[in-house]
Amino acid sequence: MSRRANMLFALVLAPVLALISSGSALAEEAQRWAVNLPKGVTPVSNAIYEIHMIIFWICVVICIGVFGVMFYSMYAHRKSRGAVAANFHENTTAEVVWTVIPALILVVMAIPATSTIIQAYDTSEAEMDIKITGYQWKWQYEYLGEDVAFMSELSTPESEIYNTAPKSQYYLQEVTEPLVIPAKTKVRFLLTAKDVIHSWWIPDFGVKKDAIPGYVTESWTFVEEPGVYRGECAELCGKGHAFMPIVVNVLEKEEYNAWLGEKKAEVAAIRELAKKTFTKEELMAKGKEAYDRSCASCHMGNGEGIPGVFPGLKEGSAAVGPVANHLDVVVNGVAGTAMQAFGGQLSEVDLAAIITYERNAWGNDTGDVVQPIDILKFKQGQ
Amino acid sequence: MAHGPAKGIGRWLFTTNHKDIGTLYLWFSFAMFLLGGFFAMVIRAELFEPGMQIIKPEFFNQMTTMHGLVMVFGAIMPAFVGLANWMIPMMIGAPDMALPRMNNLSFWILPFAFALLASTLFMEGGAPNFGWTFYAPLSTTYAPDTVNYFIFGVHIMGASSIMGSINIIATVLNMRAPGMTLMKMPMFVWTWLITAFLLIAVMPVLAGAVTMMLMDINFGTSFFSAAGGGDPVLFQHVFWFFGHPEVYIIILPAFGVISHIVPTFSRKPLFGYSSMVYATASIAFLSFIVWAHHMFLVGMPIGGELYFMYATMLIAVPTAAKIFNWISTMFRGSMTFETPMLFAIAFIILFTIGGFTGLMMAIAPSDIQYHDSYFIVAHFHYVMVAGAVFSGTAAVYYWLPKWCGKMYDETMGKVQFWVSFVGFNIAFFPQHFLGLAGMPRRYADYALQFSDWNMISSVGAFIYGAAQLLFMFNVIRTIRSGTPVSEPKTWEGAEGLEWTLATPVPYHTFATPPEVK
Amino acid sequence: MSTESSYYVPEQSKLPICAATGLGLIALGAGTWVKGGSSMAFFAGALILAFTLYSWFSLVIKENMAGMNSDQLKRSYVWGMGWFIFSEVMFFAVFFGSLFYIRTLALPWLGSEGGFESNNLLWGDFEAAWPLMTTPDMVANGEAAQFMGPEQNMSFPGWDKLLGWLPLWNTIVLITSSFTVHIAHTAIKNNNRSKFNLWLGITVALGAIFLVLQVEEYIHAYQHMGLTLESGIYGTTFFMLTGFHGAHVTMGTIMLLIQFLRGLKGHFNSEDQFGFEAASWYWHFVDVVWVGLFIFVYILA
Ligand code: HEA
Ligand code: HEA
Ligand code: HEC
Ligand code: CUA
Ligand SMILES: [Cu+2]
Repeated sequence: MSRRANMLFALVLAPVLALISSGSALAEEAQRWAVNLPKGVTPVSNAIYEIHMIIFWICVVICIGVFGVMFYSMYAHRKSRGAVAANFHENTTAEVVWTVIPALILVVMAIPATSTIIQAYDTSEAEMDIKITGYQWKWQYEYLGEDVAFMSELSTPESEIYNTAPKSQYYLQEVTEPLVIPAKTKVRFLLTAKDVIHSWWIPDFGVKKDAIPGYVTESWTFVEEPGVYRGECAELCGKGHAFMPIVVNVLEKEEYNAWLGEKKAEVAAIRELAKKTFTKEELMAKGKEAYDRSCASCHMGNGEGIPGVFPGLKEGSAAVGPVANHLDVVVNGVAGTAMQAFGGQLSEVDLAAIITYERNAWGNDTGDVVQPIDILKFKQGQ
Repeated sequence: MAHGPAKGIGRWLFTTNHKDIGTLYLWFSFAMFLLGGFFAMVIRAELFEPGMQIIKPEFFNQMTTMHGLVMVFGAIMPAFVGLANWMIPMMIGAPDMALPRMNNLSFWILPFAFALLASTLFMEGGAPNFGWTFYAPLSTTYAPDTVNYFIFGVHIMGASSIMGSINIIATVLNMRAPGMTLMKMPMFVWTWLITAFLLIAVMPVLAGAVTMMLMDINFGTSFFSAAGGGDPVLFQHVFWFFGHPEVYIIILPAFGVISHIVPTFSRKPLFGYSSMVYATASIAFLSFIVWAHHMFLVGMPIGGELYFMYATMLIAVPTAAKIFNWISTMFRGSMTFETPMLFAIAFIILFTIGGFTGLMMAIAPSDIQYHDSYFIVAHFHYVMVAGAVFSGTAAVYYWLPKWCGKMYDETMGKVQFWVSFVGFNIAFFPQHFLGLAGMPRRYADYALQFSDWNMISSVGAFIYGAAQLLFMFNVIRTIRSGTPVSEPKTWEGAEGLEWTLATPVPYHTFATPPEVK
Repeated sequence: MSTESSYYVPEQSKLPICAATGLGLIALGAGTWVKGGSSMAFFAGALILAFTLYSWFSLVIKENMAGMNSDQLKRSYVWGMGWFIFSEVMFFAVFFGSLFYIRTLALPWLGSEGGFESNNLLWGDFEAAWPLMTTPDMVANGEAAQFMGPEQNMSFPGWDKLLGWLPLWNTIVLITSSFTVHIAHTAIKNNNRSKFNLWLGITVALGAIFLVLQVEEYIHAYQHMGLTLESGIYGTTFFMLTGFHGAHVTMGTIMLLIQFLRGLKGHFNSEDQFGFEAASWYWHFVDVVWVGLFIFVYILA
């Protein structure tokens, strides 16, 4: 018997003990063995943490009460101890009491829950807006009103994922370019998606919101502490679901403004570059890199695709057919399929490089070279 | 009238006997449980360590989806239909089910439906890979072609469920022995009556959901496409209008089973019978009006958010009544702890824990953090594995001697219980931690800080899986060479019409209606 | 509750497994067919199923005529039909529910109303309207849109065109048929066989007329109104609701036709006409659904 009781105690107390240890100095260990919600760095995440703890403790107390009675009767009223069964099978008072009391407890829970959800929903009076668009399997961030936009995707190399290289510290939680926001600023996120539903989650912010194609959902944050915060896509979105992390870099306001200035200059420089003519070798090298980053998740690094789901790009495909058609597929995508319109996601240079690469890699050898200017012309011609 | 079962395979193919059909359902569901469990083992093996080791991410998604679908529709639901087939006529004093031929049809649709579903694993494009909740547009525009087989498979499976439920309702309302008024019906019969009602109400909704998918995929409609004026979230509303009652379809018959086992081994009548009945009915009613608690993050207006939060929290009240009634039944009883009782007690403990995590998720603001994380995976395995599977196991141990006239080996039963109990908790308790620490569900691979708990969870899952093999061994051994028993009443404290029949139960149940006082 | 002193115990039957095989083949075949593969398995399955159901129902009828069915079994059939219709109600509820959701929530949201102002980032000046003639897609992508709204819709065309408005005639036809089937019912209860045959025959004819008109309406929609399954959410909901209803009218008409043929053969009497009664319940149900359709799909637009 006592073994069973121990078991139960262990069950109830495990989270409790673990909670205490997570607050201790062993920060590194604590993270690996983390058992509780992070408290987070925003008013909303703190409020959620509070309410989570309140409800957790209420549940623990009820558990102790309920299981206490049960274990007591299991001990005291067992046949082997000579217990003789009573014969009662109804007691209206008791039944009313244990209907009313839980209902009251629920009311107690509902009060803080209501105010917290209202707070989490209050996107009014934001100081800046960022539009976040989910794609299979990357995020696009647009700073509304600033003419700054970029894609952010996983930067962990395949070799780490497939265990041919040791995993780095931020394995699967690192991106090509993090979202940058200022601290102590109310930032509103406008979320949407281009293909399937994704969900943008940063535990430390207490922000998780679905990004739904064709609709814009809203969320907001106000981060006190500058720092790097990591999160992930939380809604199943296809094979790359586990591979579209989120990294947010929170900067002090001045630093943020400096960053924004640099970013704008960078955008202008890339536009400039589109006028340049590249050699085939340059394009092939750039193209391989960009292809592996943006296209290989579906069409695979060897261009063979996944039969039945993603087409290969070798003989018989659009990648060896007429150039105009190839351009059209890549720039405009194929409506109603997973093939996205890359025209707005990649720079002209990258597009030209990728297309050149596809037309000459894996034995495609068409010899065609596509320059950034061709892409520009193609886009303008539409 | 007095004839026994037919010989050979024809007995099973053409049978109209509720016990034969019950047996078919039970074996089928166990086979599906092994299959679904095998998929789970693949998932847990891949998640043993970070990095992709044994399968590719796209196949991982197929495993998750097939695991969920096979377990819910192939293992748990048929298991309880099997129990219903066996026990309802015996409990209400009927000779058989009301519509015996349709009963056979309901069963035999299932092997076809699941063969079709499983065969997609070997087709080009692979099996369904969009989760058991198959949210549009991942399951429509972006789905592999095999989704069409999935859709039609769900259609015929739904037809099977509806016919099965109609049969149960007709049996219960129409075939009770004289004197068996509604409020004298055993709890298992009550829970199934209400479950059958839920099934008839929501299976057509599921059929509607997959039909809309079919149209969007193949015929250019725009239910789930904003460009045409539709809404992907509409899919979720329709799905969860089915899906939430579905989880109570899974658990209500389990409540019924527990309401028989606990009194038997406490040697005391069930406490609060009528409040049990009303609680079951309230749970069923509430289950229709809470569905959007699965959708707290889709951006519905704040009013909807609040309404669904309050309504969901209410379900704790009737469920509380059930838990308290079971405990009061034990209180001042004269308890023994045979294997079925051990599983029943574990059910009460673990289901309560799962219920509490459910309640935590019902709190909309905290669900922001829990949603689509492993916290949910932990929640629903506590209610579905420790809930439905444990009670199903308990039911088999409890009634097996009655069914086949052989007693199982008590020691082996206890061993299976303890291995299951320990393995289960090692597998699923750490998943709470993983979820809270930020690990999303349906992830083929994860960041390094989640490594340790995942490894522990996988080890627990393997232990729990091994316990299921023990269960299979145990049952087969009992059927082939268990100690014969012949008393009508296997258990000292058991009450009810089913225990008045001879052991093993004759092929035709009640040839003449028994008298109920 | 049962009052019999002994029960009916059924024989083994080959019918269920045949029906299950048929259904299985239908599912397999349909899945292959919709993605452009062979339709062989589908039709093979349909054939098996049709044949099995024919034998099955014949058997049930024969058993009943031979007086083998106990009152209890008959009550089970009654419950069975009742709950089957309830499941059909739920099926239609899905499509009506979706229509309400789209009209009252989703479309205004797409039109940046009701707290969804940010949707104008995606759909610009799209405005919610019902019937939806201009889809969000058309607002955003103009001619390149995938979902082009219809040119005309099926709503009430105004009092002057009232008499040429097919849905109105459909409504009249169906409502009349509900009365005629009721007259037939009363007739058979009074053992008036010829009156029963007459009014049931009229009901079947009305069902057929409804179907003809419905097909006429669809042809008109596709050929002259640019209203198709593909024309955005209006076309989608219009065709799905009326289409499923039409399919159920077809089913109902066949069911009534069978009862009509049985009536001609002298089946049914004042005591026992459940076969017919079940079909008539189904017919009333289909009728009620139509009234819902007429109000929510055609009038309130
Ligand atoms: C058998 C199946 C089953 C059962 C019984 C339940 C029971 C409950 N579930 Fe669960 N649930 C699932 C299966 C089930 N669930 C599944 C499969 C999913 C995930 C689906 C998916 O996305 O894939 C899910 C997901 C899920 C969510 C969605 C989370 C999300 O996606 O963000 C929510 C949110 O509210 C929820 C809530 C509840 C609640 C409140 C109950 C309540 O019924 C629990 C009531 C019980 C108790 C509360 C304990 C006992 C009570 C007492 C001892 C009395 C005293 C208590 C108090 C006064 C508090 N469940
Ligand atoms: C009632 C339903 C039910 C049951 C019984 C189970 C049983 C189990 N589930 Fe369940 N699970 C779901 C319903 C269920 N699950 C659902 C609905 C989902 C969501 C799917 C989705 O996201 O779409 C899910 C998702 C899910 C996940 C999350 C996957 C993800 O998010 O990617 C995991 C991960 O650990 C998991 C594990 C397990 C395990 C280890 C068992 C074990 O209990 C299984 C034990 C049984 C066996 C192991 C079989 C017996 C043994 C053999 C066949 C021999 C082989 C044995 C060994 C090698 C040891 N399940
Ligand atoms: C999310 C998955 C995905 C990504 C990422 C992706 N594609 Fe595709 N691609 C597809 C799919 C699916 C198709 C098939 C579309 C169809 O059905 O016509 C396709 C088709 C194509 C085709 C036409 C093949 C043919 O023969 O019709 C080309 C060319 C192509 N993609 C190039 C690219 C390039 C270049 C990139 C990266 C910049 C890319 N794709 C990224 C999914 C993807
Ligand atoms: Cu994007 Cu998951
Ligand atoms: Cu639910």
